[in-house]
Amino acid sequence: MSELFKVSSNPHIRSRVTTNGLMLAVIVALMPAAGFGIYNFGPRAIAVILVTIISTVLTEFLFGLYKWIRDNPKGKGSLQVKSIFEKSTITDLSAVVTGMLLALNLPVAIPLWMAALGGIFAILVVKMLFGGLGQNFMNPALAARCFMLLSFPTAMTAFDCDTYTGATPLAALKAGEQVNTLDMFIGRTAGTIGETSVIALLTGACFLLLMGVIDLRIPGSYIITFVLFVIVFGGHGLDPVYLSAQVSGGGLMLGAFFMATDYVTRPITIKGQYVFGIFLGLMTGIFRIFGPGAEGVSYAIILGNLLVPLIEKFTKPTAFGYQKGGKRGEK
Amino acid sequence: MAKLTFVGGIHPYDGKDLSKDKPIQDVLPGDVLVYPLSQHIGAPAKAIVAKGDRVLVGQKIAESGGFVSAPIHASVSGTVKTIEPRRVAAGDMVMSIIIENDGQYEEAELGLAKAALNQMSREEIVEAVKEAGIVGMGGAGFPTHVKLSPREPEKIDYIIANCAECEPYLTSDYRRMLEEPEKLVGGLKVMLKLFPNAQGILAVEDNKPDCIARLRQLTEEEGKISVKALKTKYPQGGERQLIYAVTDRRINSTMLPADVGCVVNNVDTVTAIYRAVIEGRPLMERIVTVTGDAVANPANFRVRIGTSYDRILAAAGGFREKPEKIICGGPMMGFAMFGLDVPSTKTATALLALTKDEVSAMEPGPCINCGRCVEVCPGRMIPSRLADYAEHFDEKAFVDNHGMECCECGCCSYVCPAKRPLTQQIKSMRKMQLAKRKKA
Repeated sequence: MSELFKVSSNPHIRSRVTTNGLMLAVIVALMPAAGFGIYNFGPRAIAVILVTIISTVLTEFLFGLYKWIRDNPKGKGSLQVKSIFEKSTITDLSAVVTGMLLALNLPVAIPLWMAALGGIFAILVVKMLFGGLGQNFMNPALAARCFMLLSFPTAMTAFDCDTYTGATPLAALKAGEQVNTLDMFIGRTAGTIGETSVIALLTGACFLLLMGVIDLRIPGSYIITFVLFVIVFGGHGLDPVYLSAQVSGGGLMLGAFFMATDYVTRPITIKGQYVFGIFLGLMTGIFRIFGPGAEGVSYAIILGNLLVPLIEKFTKPTAFGYQKGGKRGEK
Repeated sequence: MAKLTFVGGIHPYDGKDLSKDKPIQDVLPGDVLVYPLSQHIGAPAKAIVAKGDRVLVGQKIAESGGFVSAPIHASVSGTVKTIEPRRVAAGDMVMSIIIENDGQYEEAELGLAKAALNQMSREEIVEAVKEAGIVGMGGAGFPTHVKLSPREPEKIDYIIANCAECEPYLTSDYRRMLEEPEKLVGGLKVMLKLFPNAQGILAVEDNKPDCIARLRQLTEEEGKISVKALKTKYPQGGERQLIYAVTDRRINSTMLPADVGCVVNNVDTVTAIYRAVIEGRPLMERIVTVTGDAVANPANFRVRIGTSYDRILAAAGGFREKPEKIICGGPMMGFAMFGLDVPSTKTATALLALTKDEVSAMEPGPCINCGRCVEVCPGRMIPSRLADYAEHFDEKAFVDNHGMECCECGCCSYVCPAKRPLTQQIKSMRKMQLAKRKKA
């Protein structure tokens, strides 16, 4: 044969969806919440967001650099910028997503060095040490937030700032005070930078749903379970003000649509995703109503993350043409 | 109730517009035709001609090599030049009969002594199909007479003509249905004769409304034949997906369609049955779509089996642009070819030439566990995990997690955002396991 063509195994076409594209979509979807956070809390929010993003991306880059140097021992020439960037994983944008999510989970008054430390923890400890993208067993942003909650409890729960003083709506609710649910829906309340505005978060969530990046399985089962739990155990029955305050308040919207749906740390099986959502709803309810604090979303999700391998094990799909239990199916 | 679709699947760019309005044309077969002795699943055929013999159109040149095997017929008249190994489309060398075409197209005595369908017995019909060398022409190449001889013919409830043509770009079945629907329906009637309790179903994807209308019109009076419009989705034409969509019955890889009372055959195969039983003509030709953005004039051709792909491409005006990749079959399940100097066979559905090689341009990244492969897998498995087991050669986990159920449709590789070669990894592991089982 005179001229040979390339051969490869089928299929010979690929969809246009890429990892970068998905990450970019999440970044875009977080913009309304970030934008509202900046509007709500003032320019310092910009500083916090920038610091966390820079710290996550820089950490990932430096880790990649370390690996590059390790794999390319001395004597093979100096640092080759192009090769380093090609090997670096920061181009997949996942570090930007982590940085952004972390910033949206921090109070605006957080000292910037703490925010940077959180970013380093998220990427270095939770993500890269476990093998990088796709290998982390916990959502890096949430793990970092919990790490910071434990390490800097005062700074992480100081929601006083120029705009607001006093408790977050959920804390007020827990103390038996009245809250304004309209303000909570729009986001004119105290809280972390990105969690306050339900409308901004839902805008981003709708974008992700329309783009097919996430689906409603986890957020839907999560929120429904949580509402049912609150109705039964919340002590306020079907009181609509209390219920809508519980749903709009705290990190529920941010958590349900942007954190619980994190691909890497949620079950891959379809049934497992419902189980995961229900579990998160129950845990959030327990933490919020019976726990000492007003919040519970972060802990519920990272606890859920740990159970993912177990959930997947018990929700393995049945292959087509088989009956449950692996037996051959006639019909 | 039949759902007319299945769970999973994808909607790739279908590219059918390139060639769907091009009527079937004949191709001159050229001076030399090559007939590989293995154009089907099962034992290779045995040559019954020798170097220097003169052969006629329709003459049997190789006989069946066993029960699961099929004879081969000359598609031109001429002289047997030699019998030697030749390269085939899949890339390997196969013993082949090479015939020099004398350009006379002198026919052997065809269609003789064929009784009217009513007077033919079951055995006679199956024998006619067997002698005509008919194999599954959708791509697999399973000898059709084997499919028509299940252990209990009275337990067959449905004979399904697979008119889905779900592969992107392919239009050969579409043209066949539009131009020769009578033969398709006729072939189905022949098959119905074999199975007393069966009803015939023409299962067409709903992106071919003209075919559906034409076939419905033709079968109006036929009590036992119905036309079903299936939802357009790849791989609707997969055997398991098709049976499920039409009858709501499920089979897995260890079962045959006959186990759930079904017989499934492709459009071209059913037409070939008609030609064999009613017209007495063996399988000598098929419809091949030549298409892709690198082809000057995409078209559908009636090709004499054994014609070189070079000739077929030349008939379509050659390349408009230098292709990066040439595929025998569709882009999802077809295989890439090294070159065009290979013969067309009974299972050659299409020649697809693409100017872009999407696959090698993409660097696979780490799996982000997005679950897209799980959602599209028609076998309801977890392709990303199976590929992982294959990569680490964890045979037990692979088999325990139903890795052997994979039908290699390619949906998981198609949707993967990290561009991981999932189908390819699963496929190679499957092949190794199958080889191992054969050995044992």
